[in-house]
Amino acid sequence: MISLQQVSKHFGKLSVLSEVNFNLEKGNSYALVGPNGSGKTTLIKSILGMVIPSLGKILVDGEDIKDHWRYREKIGYMPQIGRYPENMRIGQLFDMMKNIRGNTANTDEELIRAFNLHKIVDKRMHTLSGGTRQKVSAALAFLFHAPILILDEPTAGLDPVSVEILKEKIIQEKNAGKLFMISSHILSDLDELSSHIIYLFEGKVAYHDTIENLKEQTQESRLGKAMASFIKEKAFTHAIPD
Amino acid sequence: MPRIIKYIFYDILRTRFILLYTVFLFVCTFALYQLDSDTGKVIMSLMNVVLMAIPLVSIVFTTIHFYNSYEFIELMLAQPVNRKTIYLSEYLSVGLSLCFAYCIGIGLPIVFYGLAPGSLTLLFTGLMLTLVFVSLAFLASVLTRDKAKAIGLALLFWFYFSLIFDGLLLWIIYTFGDYPLEKVTVALVAFNPIDLARIMMLLQLDISALMGYTGAFFQDFFGSHIGIVFSAGVLLLWILVPLILATKIFLKKDL
Amino acid sequence: MKIIVFCSVLVFTLAYAEARTYRVSKQGKITTLKEAVALSDHGDTIIIEPGIYKEGNVIIEKSLTILGNGLPTMDGEHKYEIFTIHATNVTVSGIRFIDTGVANINDLAAIKILDSKGIKIQHNKFENTFFGIYLANTTSSLIEKNTLYSHGIAENQIGNGIHLWKCENITINKNNIKGHRDGIYFEFVTNSLITNNHSEGNVRYGLHFMFSHNDEYYNNTFLRNGAGVAVMYTKNVKMIGNTFDENWGSSAYGLLLKDIRDSEVTNNTFFKNTIGIHLEGVSRTNFTENTFTENGYAVRLQASSDDNVFNRNNFSANTFDMATNGSLVLNQINGNYWDKYQGYDLNKDGIGDVPFRPVNMYAMIVERIPAAILLWRSFFVLLIDRAEKAIPVVTPEDLKDSSPSMKPYDFAATSK
Repeated sequence: MISLQQVSKHFGKLSVLSEVNFNLEKGNSYALVGPNGSGKTTLIKSILGMVIPSLGKILVDGEDIKDHWRYREKIGYMPQIGRYPENMRIGQLFDMMKNIRGNTANTDEELIRAFNLHKIVDKRMHTLSGGTRQKVSAALAFLFHAPILILDEPTAGLDPVSVEILKEKIIQEKNAGKLFMISSHILSDLDELSSHIIYLFEGKVAYHDTIENLKEQTQESRLGKAMASFIKEKAFTHAIPD
Repeated sequence: MPRIIKYIFYDILRTRFILLYTVFLFVCTFALYQLDSDTGKVIMSLMNVVLMAIPLVSIVFTTIHFYNSYEFIELMLAQPVNRKTIYLSEYLSVGLSLCFAYCIGIGLPIVFYGLAPGSLTLLFTGLMLTLVFVSLAFLASVLTRDKAKAIGLALLFWFYFSLIFDGLLLWIIYTFGDYPLEKVTVALVAFNPIDLARIMMLLQLDISALMGYTGAFFQDFFGSHIGIVFSAGVLLLWILVPLILATKIFLKKDL
Repeated sequence: MKIIVFCSVLVFTLAYAEARTYRVSKQGKITTLKEAVALSDHGDTIIIEPGIYKEGNVIIEKSLTILGNGLPTMDGEHKYEIFTIHATNVTVSGIRFIDTGVANINDLAAIKILDSKGIKIQHNKFENTFFGIYLANTTSSLIEKNTLYSHGIAENQIGNGIHLWKCENITINKNNIKGHRDGIYFEFVTNSLITNNHSEGNVRYGLHFMFSHNDEYYNNTFLRNGAGVAVMYTKNVKMIGNTFDENWGSSAYGLLLKDIRDSEVTNNTFFKNTIGIHLEGVSRTNFTENTFTENGYAVRLQASSDDNVFNRNNFSANTFDMATNGSLVLNQINGNYWDKYQGYDLNKDGIGDVPFRPVNMYAMIVERIPAAILLWRSFFVLLIDRAEKAIPVVTPEDLKDSSPSMKPYDFAATSK
C-alpha cells in the first residue's frame, strides 16, 4: 500500500533520510524504531506530505503523492505531540474534522466513548492535559475508518488504563486488515502491536524484517532484548533508550 | 475552502484582538470627529492613522496569527486538504477580518458623519494597505521558522516602508535635484505601497500644490485617471506579488 | 452776446430736431450698415434688424448710436476687423460679432476704439473674435454686460478679451469673458474701475494689469485661467471682494503681485490655486480679510517685499500657508486665523497665547526641489518638520504671527 523508493531528505547540509526503500503491505503492522534524531518523524511526515522529500518517490496505493492530497483520505494520523487550535472546544474540534473530511455519518467513535471524551466536549483545547490531548489525537486518527493508520508515539503520556484501551483498539483494527505504522520507544508495546520492524539509523533503514525473524536471529523472546542484542551485534554506537 | 475559512474566522474572532482593534479604530475616529468639526481635517488626521497604524497592526497581527495557527495548519495538512487551499484560506480569513474591522472602525463613522472629498479614497487606500501588509506578513512568516524572527522581519518591513524608504527617496531627490526627476520619482514611488496610498490621498487633499509641480508630466500623470488606475494597479501588485511568492514557498515548505 | 446765445440754442434745437433713425435690414431700403453710417450724421441712431451682415471693416467716425434689434450678427469672415471707432459719444449695443480675422501685427478686434471719448459698448456678444473689445488712447467710456467667448489654445493664436492701452476713466462692468489670451488687459490705464466681471479659462491671465495706477477692481471672479491674475508695476490699486479660483499649474497664481506699492487687497477669496498670492517687490500694501482655502501655497512672500501687512485673514486647508525665500522679515503678520495653529488660549480672549509660524520647513525644500512634493505628508517628512518646529534652523525665526486668532473670522457678517 505504501511504497518508498529511494527517498532522501536533507535540510541544508544535514541529511535526515538517505535512500530509504521499503514497501508496507495491507494487514501488517510496522514498528518504526530508531534512536532520537534517526529520522522517524521526518519519514512519517514525508508520507503525510508535510515534509517534501528532496529525492525519491513515495507511492500510496500505487499513486505518487507528490502534489496530491486526496490520498490522505486513506490515512489516519496521530501526531507525537497533538497541537490543536487552542481556543477550540473538543466537540468543535471533532465536528470541524468531520466537516472538513466531509464525513459526518460513517465515523468510528468508539475511542471517543472509551476515553470518555464525549463527557468533556465543552472543554477548550488549551485547558487539556498532555494525556487528554493524546486521547483526542488517538480518537481523531481512528475517526474516519482510514485503511492506513500512522501513529507517532501513541502511548507516550497516556495513563495505563488508556494505554490498554488504545492497544486493544489497534489490535482490533489490525485484525480487521488495516495497515499500521507505529513509531515508539516503548518496545514492549510494539512487541504486542507489530508484526514487522523497521529500524532507522542515521536516516537509513538498518533493519527491516518481521519481529519473529528478529527474535529468531537473536535468540531472544522479547523485542527489547532482541533489539539490544541486534544493536550490539551490529556494533551500533547509539543505544536505544528505555 | 469555505469550511476552512469558517473555522479560521471563528478562531480569529475568538482571540478578541480583532474586536479590540475595531473598537480602537472606532473610538479614535469618533473622537477625531468630536474634537474637530472640520471633516477635511479629520480626514487628514485619519490619513496618518491609515498610513501608520493600519500597516503596522496588519503586519504584526498577521504574523502572530500565522504562528498561532501553526497547529491548525499542521492538523489540516494531515487531512485530505490541498495545501494551497489551507494557505489561501488563512490569507482570506485574516485579510477579510482586518478589512472588516477597518470598515466598521473607520468606514462607519466616516459614512455617519458624511462623506467629504477624500473619504472614499481613504477607505479604499486603507483596505488596500491592509491587504498589502497582510501579504507581506505572510511572506515574512514563510521566510523563517522562528516566530520572533518573523515578527522582527515584519516590523522591519513596516519600518522600511514607512520611514527608511522615504528618507532614501528624499536623499535621492535632493542629491539629483538638478536632473529632471519626475519619471524616476514616480517609478521609485511605485516601490513603496505606503507612498502610493499617500499620493492617492494627496491627490484629494493637496491637489492645488501637486498641480504646481513642474508642469505637464506630473499633472498629466497623477492628475488624470491614469494616475489613479496606476496607483491602484500597483497596490494590487503589492498584494499579489508577495502573496504568490509566499504561497510558492509555503507549497514547498516542510512543516 | 445775445446773438451768440441765440445761435447756439438754435443749433442745438436744430440738431435735436434733426436727429434721425436709420434702419438697416436685409429687406429694407438700407441693407448695409456701411450705407447707414454714410447717410447718418452726428447724433443719429442706426437700428440693425436681425440677419447676418458681412461688410468687412465698418469705420465709425461720427457720434452714432448703433443698436441691434434681436441680436443681428456682424460677421468678420475670419478676415476683417469689424468695427473701428474713432469718435466721441458712440454707443454700440445688442449686436453679435463673430469671426474676426487673426493677425498679430495689427491686432484685429471685433470693436477697436481709437483716440475716442464717451464710448458705450453694452449687451453685445463676441464669438471667436481675435481681440474682443480693444481700446487705445480713449477716455470716459463704459464697457458693460458683454459676453466674449473664444476658443484660444495657444497664446499667439488669440488676442485679449477686453484690451485697454493708455486709457483713463473707463468702467468695465459685468462682462463675461472666456477663452481669450488675457481676459482683461490693462496697460497704462488710470482711474478706472473693473467690477463684477467673470473671466474664465483664458490662456494666459484672467486679468493682466500693468503700469495702471489708481485703479480699483471689485467683485470679479477669475476662474481656471492659465496663469491666474497678474498685477504688476503699479501703485495705488484696490483689489476688493474678488474671487480667485482653481488657477492651477507650475506658474499659475491666484494673484501675482509684482512691483506694487501702496495698494490694498481686501476681502478676496483664494480657493484651490497652486499659489494664492505671490508677492515680489511689493511694498506698503495691506492684505486684510482675505480667505485662503485649499491652495497649494496660500501666500508666497519673496524677500524683496517689505512693509506689507497681513491682518485678519483666514487660512484653512492650504497645503502650505506661507513660503518665503529669505530669512529677512520686513512684513507684519498679525491676528490671522490659521487652521494649522495648535496653540492654546488660556485667557480666553480669542487670541492664541503662543505665536504661529506659518512657514513650513518642507515648503522651503519643495521650493528648491519641486519633485519633493511627492513626499509631503509622509512620516519621514512629518518627523523632520516636527524637529524643525522645535528648533528652527531653516525657516526664518521672526516670520510669525504673534497674535493668531483662535477662530476663523466671519467676513460675510462684517462686509454686508
